[in-house]
Amino acid sequence: MPFNIQKIRKDFPILSRKVNGYPLVYLDNAATSQKPQQVIDCIVDYYSNYNANIHRGVHTLSQEATDAYESARKKIQTHFNAKEAYEIIFTAGTTHGINLVANGFSEILKKGDEIMVSAMEHHSNIVPWQMLCEKTGAILKVIPMNEEGVLVFSEYEKLLSEKTKLVFVNHISNALGTINPIAEIIEKAHEVGAAVLIDGAQSCSHIKPDFQKLDVDFYVTSAHKMCGPTGIGILYMKEEWGNKLPPYQGGGEMIAEVTFEKTTYATLPHKFEAGTPNICGGIAFGAAIDYLNSIGFEAIAMHENELLKYATEKLLEIEGLKIYGTGQDKTSVVSFNIEGIHPYDIGTIVDKLGIAVRTGHHCAQPIMDFYKIPGTVRASFAFYNTLGEVDALVAAVKKAKMMLS
Amino acid sequence: MTIEAIQEELIDEFSMFDDWMQRYEYMIELGRSLPLIDENLKTDDKLIKGCQSKVWLNSEMKNGKIIFTADSDAIITKGIIAVLVRVFSNQKPQAILDANTDFIDEIGLKEHLSPTRANGLVSMIKQMKMYALAYQTQLNN
Repeated sequence: MPFNIQKIRKDFPILSRKVNGYPLVYLDNAATSQKPQQVIDCIVDYYSNYNANIHRGVHTLSQEATDAYESARKKIQTHFNAKEAYEIIFTAGTTHGINLVANGFSEILKKGDEIMVSAMEHHSNIVPWQMLCEKTGAILKVIPMNEEGVLVFSEYEKLLSEKTKLVFVNHISNALGTINPIAEIIEKAHEVGAAVLIDGAQSCSHIKPDFQKLDVDFYVTSAHKMCGPTGIGILYMKEEWGNKLPPYQGGGEMIAEVTFEKTTYATLPHKFEAGTPNICGGIAFGAAIDYLNSIGFEAIAMHENELLKYATEKLLEIEGLKIYGTGQDKTSVVSFNIEGIHPYDIGTIVDKLGIAVRTGHHCAQPIMDFYKIPGTVRASFAFYNTLGEVDALVAAVKKAKMMLS
Repeated sequence: MTIEAIQEELIDEFSMFDDWMQRYEYMIELGRSLPLIDENLKTDDKLIKGCQSKVWLNSEMKNGKIIFTADSDAIITKGIIAVLVRVFSNQKPQAILDANTDFIDEIGLKEHLSPTRANGLVSMIKQMKMYALAYQTQLNN
């Protein structure tokens, strides 16, 4: 299908609204993406036509809902090329998936074991691991990054040892847009017998990771950054890990047999899916993946790279503007500041002009500390953004600069 | 001047503006004219939580009135503080406690501020009222 931006934009009802009297220019896609009509329709269809609890009902509605939910799981499995559908665990989102794995490792790690995080993580990929270290006596090591916002691979190799049990790195940095070399990171970790968890919250809307090819142990992501609804995500976990890790929460769905003496747990994936899940969310996640695939990830990458290149060029023409995250491999995220102006002031003025960007530390305070800045202005582009919207951003930033300096 | 009179004055001033840009430009101007706070007072315990930018607020009691000085690293935020300092500084604690803050709506600040900022605004007022309460309690004892 040829990439037709105007046709794509029509799929997103929200893109035609106005904000503060101006047409909305939505450039906060790294926080959450907008939803196409196809996904909205899927949600409405579920609640209008076959809402029922799944996995236990014999009635028709329950079977329809179960089929739809499980076929969404299959769809996700196929999309990411997982070996088995039951290696895809539905979660409430990325953070939930990370916590589930961290909880499991609390029973595996011993005092003195090492786990490793990168210097460009989001808080949700730092805090659960710190909590895990407190609980187990394991030691947290940090892979450093350089001025360009790129991980120093040689330092990573030096930090690895037979003490390393787990490495967790984001696929793409939310604050900088840097794409990390996860295939190499996984390969090196496996050489010392360490498992790897990849935080894919930022990546799956831009690229299509292949779980088997990557040989990754755990991969987490959220639907809401991929045109799906909030409150649903997945944890991919290799079957061997699924069998090794203890359940996270007790409750319905996750059991095989319960007596007051002993409960046996269900098999994968249900072992990790206690309680009634987000049924509609799972089904709509499937619809979102269908939608993204109908556009095609190659076409998405091509268009987003064009946006990134154009935005970078145009923004750098503004005197005193500095971009953070200047590595070669990056997605369509531009994090910047203008000398002498607080990012918050810029964000406020451009919002008045209908442009949605993010300001602040992007829940990645260690990165801001690294650059010794209070935060940045972050414009993050999706495939439905246009070059015209980049022009609108640049014009708004220039106006803000004029008012503020 | 009483708090009410100052609030009326501000409402008058802001009513001259036709659009948000003029209003913001005026806020930025007010921010720039805010008397500088003593650098020694910009300590972490003077920081107000709930603002995306840093806001320091200091208070001292002089002749039965509270003097507020403040600063921020963001200029629009500084403008907001300038408005609040103008309204609440150099007033008796009880007057600050009794004052209502409806003028913020009337000068078009609240409706035009993003929720996170509005929270900052609310936190600033709350902090000023907390200081007033503390001083008032001291006076009562």
